[in-house]
Amino acid sequence: MPEMNLVQSINSALRHEMKANDDVIVLGEDVGKVGGVFRVTKGLFDEFGADRVIDTPLAEGGIIGTAIGMALYGLRPVPEIQFSDFIFPAFDQIVSEAAKFRYRSGGEYTCPMVIRTPVGGGIRGGHYHSQSPESLFIHTAGLKVVCPSNPYDAKGLLLSAIRDDDPIMFFEPKRVYRAVKMEVPEEEFTVPIGKAKVVKEGKDVTVIAWGAMLFEALASAQEVAENDGVDAEVIDLRTLWPVDIDTIVESVKKTGRVVIVHEAPKACGFGAELLSLISEKAFLHLEAPPKRVTGWDTPFPYTLEMEYLPLQHRITPALIETVRF
Amino acid sequence: MTTIRRFEEESARAYAQGKIGGFLHLYIGQEAIAVGAAHALRDGDHVFQTYRDHGIALALGMTPRAGMAELFGKDTGCSRGLGGSMHFFDVENGFFGGWGIVGGHLALAAGAAFKSKYLNDGKVTICFFGEGATNIGGFHEAMSLAGLWKLPIVFVCENNQYAMGTPMSRTSAIEDLTLKAAGYGMIGDRFEGHDIDTTTSRLQLAVDRARNGGGPTFIEVQTYRFRGHSMSDPAKYRSRAELEERKKSDPCHIARTRLMEAGITEDQLDDIDVEIDTQIDDAIKFANESPPASEAFMHNSVYAPSLITDPHRYDPTNGGQA
Repeated sequence: MPEMNLVQSINSALRHEMKANDDVIVLGEDVGKVGGVFRVTKGLFDEFGADRVIDTPLAEGGIIGTAIGMALYGLRPVPEIQFSDFIFPAFDQIVSEAAKFRYRSGGEYTCPMVIRTPVGGGIRGGHYHSQSPESLFIHTAGLKVVCPSNPYDAKGLLLSAIRDDDPIMFFEPKRVYRAVKMEVPEEEFTVPIGKAKVVKEGKDVTVIAWGAMLFEALASAQEVAENDGVDAEVIDLRTLWPVDIDTIVESVKKTGRVVIVHEAPKACGFGAELLSLISEKAFLHLEAPPKRVTGWDTPFPYTLEMEYLPLQHRITPALIETVRF
Repeated sequence: MTTIRRFEEESARAYAQGKIGGFLHLYIGQEAIAVGAAHALRDGDHVFQTYRDHGIALALGMTPRAGMAELFGKDTGCSRGLGGSMHFFDVENGFFGGWGIVGGHLALAAGAAFKSKYLNDGKVTICFFGEGATNIGGFHEAMSLAGLWKLPIVFVCENNQYAMGTPMSRTSAIEDLTLKAAGYGMIGDRFEGHDIDTTTSRLQLAVDRARNGGGPTFIEVQTYRFRGHSMSDPAKYRSRAELEERKKSDPCHIARTRLMEAGITEDQLDDIDVEIDTQIDDAIKFANESPPASEAFMHNSVYAPSLITDPHRYDPTNGGQA
């Protein structure tokens, strides 16, 4: 089985689905000849031509708006927004149009599109190349929100997403793009949307993470296992919405303790919703106040990035405090 | 212009050494536009710029020290080290900043110009952007408002031919961008941007028009960046021959020729070059030795001090967060 990094596995998924289905169209800034700013769409322009791999002007609202129109009429567009920080000119189209089409047409029209966009910090990109805006989209009824942490899940989830009949936000942790390599099948396979994965079993505390922070959570789990004898269970959410609450509740009922890790600011970050759900469904099982280890409630800084991000050095003390409460 | 050139060359070097992180977009090749604009403006006028913002900041009077320290992420930088390359700001010199979001600043520039009209204060706003931005909604909305309200503003499109890696021929239905001006009731002007005499005089015309109540102008300056879109862009989408041809019109060389034609000797120019080298070396040393960006300032600069009510507010006694 070939080894792939995240860039290669997403490219592999796109290539497979474009071969299998003529309705799949890729569009975005620099996605064609250049192959995308992170080279995720490399080679697709040569293989599938300018009609299916479209270099657009700098116009996020136009990219998403036309993609919605394509989807309504039966294509399966996969627009790329170069950085998720650039998505806001298209926010109106996503929130007002894409998310509501099935509902407001009484199910007559659907909007099968996947908006791919790199997310998160770790490349010293500063204010506008680092943010994690997933909560804004989770808060919008009608969108599904996916964020794989590794190459295998990314390919399987992207294939599921393109075949899904609803609009999907597909966040790609840019810090992981070339940092992780693993075996990924060349052929097609799917990872279901809406299913989390317990990546490390444990009995003392549940750690919930996604995207690039999954690796920080795992590193902390290993650290506390070695140094403190703490047995942490780590869940990779993979799909943020619809969230796999059953897997979370089952884990929290076992451990009684929970730490949530995300890069986005704390206030109204997805951790807040997760903790509300846990309170509603597993309140009497909790043995300690839940903790959130998150980005600060500030804009994303150019410097001090490693202080802003909820990395291992901030997750580990949270695990210890929760367990020792 | 040479200060900008040397500043950019040294910042590229510092980037390669890892002292500057993230994204770094160099102004090399476009210097005559920023310097021409600075000549055309008066103290107290306003400027808005894209992420390729070092050149105009220096031209307006920012010290190389403040700029370099910002690139290095230091507390002494023009944005206290929190913004970096794309987010230079200099309120003293009327520089409203560099923008990381394409097209995000155009309507804001119109807003500043609105205040000048409202107060009749005689100030002019210049708003720079690239040709890529002329396709985004924010451009059209700002042009529409500025034209409607006849604001004292000059929209300067620095057309360096490539929107990141994609040439204009593949992203625009028209070649002459000043055609867009007519749709908003605005005068358009179009010229090449490598001769400082041309850029100064043509920008001066538009600035004077704005100052004298003649309304906004849309200018397309044809230019070329000698480096990639950013330091991480090897610019493989254009040929070596194309670049070499463009370098024959190096704005810094043209400026030097113009000065010699005006009677300045080669020795005098060399002396100025040495002075500039010293200044840039000093800026690098200053940036190296300055203290890092302040974590406390980062937390306390989100809101006006009296408004800090965030329950997760910075608490240095508790691992940094309440």
